[in-house]
Amino acid sequence: MLYREAGQFKATYAEDSQIFPIRQDKIGIALILAVAFVGAPLLSVAGMLSDYTFTAILTPFLIFSLAALGLNILTGYAGQLSLGTAAFMAVGAFASYNFMLRIDGMPILMAFILGGLCAAAVGIVFGLPSLRIRGFYLAAATLATQFFIVWCLTKVGWFTNYSSSGVITAQKIEILGYTFDTAFSKYLFVLSVVTVMALLAKNMVRTNIGRSWMAIRDMDMAAEVIGFRPMQTKLMAFAVSSFYCGVAGALFAYAYLGTVEPEGFNLDLSFRILFMIIIGGVGSILGSFLGAAFIVLLPIGLNMFMHFLEGSVGINLPSGISSSFELMVFGALIIFFLIVEPHGLARLWQIGKEKLRLWPFPH
Amino acid sequence: MKFVQKAMVAAAFATAALSASAQDQFFPALSYRVGPYAAGGTGFFGGVIDYLSLINAQGGINGVKMVWEECETEYNATRGVECYERLKKVRGGATMVEPLSTGIAYGLLDRVAQDKIPMTTLGYGRSDAADGRVFPFVFPLITSYWNQAAGMMKYLGDKEGGLDKLKGKKIVHLYHDSAYGKEPFAVFEAYAKQYGFELIKLAVPHPGNEQQSQWLQIRQAKPDYVILWGWGVMNAVALKTAQRNGYPSGKILGVWWAGSEEDVIPAGSAANGYTTMTFNTPGNYPLLDEIKKKVYAAGKGNLEDKSRIGSTYHMRGVTAAILWTEAVRKAQEKYGKGKAMTSEQVRWGFENLNVDEARLKALGAFGMMPPVKTTCLDHEGSGAVKVQRWDGKAWKAVTPNWVVGDKAMIRKMQEESAAKYAAEKKITLRDCSKEG
Repeated sequence: MLYREAGQFKATYAEDSQIFPIRQDKIGIALILAVAFVGAPLLSVAGMLSDYTFTAILTPFLIFSLAALGLNILTGYAGQLSLGTAAFMAVGAFASYNFMLRIDGMPILMAFILGGLCAAAVGIVFGLPSLRIRGFYLAAATLATQFFIVWCLTKVGWFTNYSSSGVITAQKIEILGYTFDTAFSKYLFVLSVVTVMALLAKNMVRTNIGRSWMAIRDMDMAAEVIGFRPMQTKLMAFAVSSFYCGVAGALFAYAYLGTVEPEGFNLDLSFRILFMIIIGGVGSILGSFLGAAFIVLLPIGLNMFMHFLEGSVGINLPSGISSSFELMVFGALIIFFLIVEPHGLARLWQIGKEKLRLWPFPH
Repeated sequence: MKFVQKAMVAAAFATAALSASAQDQFFPALSYRVGPYAAGGTGFFGGVIDYLSLINAQGGINGVKMVWEECETEYNATRGVECYERLKKVRGGATMVEPLSTGIAYGLLDRVAQDKIPMTTLGYGRSDAADGRVFPFVFPLITSYWNQAAGMMKYLGDKEGGLDKLKGKKIVHLYHDSAYGKEPFAVFEAYAKQYGFELIKLAVPHPGNEQQSQWLQIRQAKPDYVILWGWGVMNAVALKTAQRNGYPSGKILGVWWAGSEEDVIPAGSAANGYTTMTFNTPGNYPLLDEIKKKVYAAGKGNLEDKSRIGSTYHMRGVTAAILWTEAVRKAQEKYGKGKAMTSEQVRWGFENLNVDEARLKALGAFGMMPPVKTTCLDHEGSGAVKVQRWDGKAWKAVTPNWVVGDKAMIRKMQEESAAKYAAEKKITLRDCSKEG
């Protein structure tokens, strides 16, 4: 009843090709953005949301969403399985750090873009094998990226400015004299970057580039026959995906952790981001956000729930049991969701939307 | 999202209900009890909680009770930061924080300075954080990696009858191929240059469950000593591979993260005679008996397996908790006995620790750990280490006294490195002559 596009006529081509063609979607997105940009600050001023929410929940959630989005472009849209996400994030973080360190007066956003471009360049180089190999074999090749980059960052002292502990410490985020140093300002900064990049991605996947990615994903032979160049298309996917991951990595270092070591970007992180898109939905922008929410926020929620049980109900579990229990519930939920909906949470949302269209008169 | 928010509200209420008295000293325990490093996490945080329970059983510090709350980090930086942010303001505020994880410690480095909460990093983290002028809130208490490396050199030199006798010897540095394994390079290289021994560096990629090629190289090089700077599964594999290649375990000297029961028991007989660094002297102490009597007998002990009382990680946890509570005690002396201390007051306590031998005797822990005396300049407080040997059943101390390397050289390196960090971060050095 509420979610029905009946009566919304598109009279021009421009109207028909909007990012969000359905009015309800537009309102929904506008609402979410309004809550994120205006509502959250108001609540924070009113004391309803603490710094904790911004710095420990929302900021990492947004950063991982961006990384998942990057991987989703490559794996979900262009069909190239990658296990090197964390490595591309590392390139973005370390490159941004070096641009900031070595060039005086480098604007931070420029450093992020340059960091992303470095990640894109690395992505192109390590994407070359994708021209010859597919599927699991490509995954193994991207695994090499993962190990090579982390090894390289520890091996070559220049990248960490010869830090004795092999770590980098992110410089301050400063734009036009304003320093983003509180939990809340960092959140707004991350939110702005992520919003712009997510909208760009949403738009990009509908363009010629996005369509060519999907053509390659669905059947690369056929795509080649109808005139898509596999080399350009695949490398473009690697470049764009790595750019997104690189920016996410830079945000991870600058707006979240502060000091990072190359080991922070290990294979575990790559897998976590891969799980995000599998749970969230492969080939869906929304899915990247849902997946990140699931993987980042659910364990925290479970942990709090266990603390709540222990604290208020008075169940006193032996230490360690609650941690194990948390993992078990988390694992069970992953399996549950994959059985119920193998195409991810985004697909669940889509089914929900279809149902909503007919509701309450399904006939 | 909704669930999370609900849980958060619930947790907020729960913690509000728990914060019974403002007179409690609250310690967040960023523990890890699941995952690949659970053995270390359960032992260490078990030790911490056991000691805090003991303090409570003895009536607290001048009547102030210790309270704590655990939060599972899984050794993961993101989870650790979340736990820290969650716990830093509950129950009257966190006294201090100790994540026992390099990645989490780095994630907290800027945060603790901003929140003015002291962070201890016992035996890991940035070695240059010992310079309290640049890192006022970070305390790598007892010994950093660099002082450990210097201690290793001193021990090997003493074994040969003097450091100058190392001339012409071969020492292999078999390290976990990460920033952690590379940390002591500068120290070893300086020693190699000064005393004229050959340093061979061999990297083992993470996780280190295949080391045949490295040990073949070691067999060919016939080194006098092998320093095992390993982590996790790498340690047991190194010992087993050494045995297969006929390299005597007595010539292998491990780092302290390669020196727990969990590292040697999986290696079986290959570990007999293997030596490692540590900052505790293995053995039994009146303090541990006290913990057994007052904490475990009352059913409040944290370890499920009581045989782990006094094990390497457990003792390390007890040691950490001794230093924390001594810092609180010190702070109370200055800011008012019988009051709960704020994190800034405890920071002062950490900076003015003086756990000398007499104090350790009073605690029933004499000999268990080196005396620790910190200042504004020196946040490490000791730099002393010990060497222990695995006899197949238990760790036994090899060196009767504490081993201290070339502290002046290490201090110079720490200051240089800290100065570089300060320049990068545009930090002005604290003037220690003005600190009271």
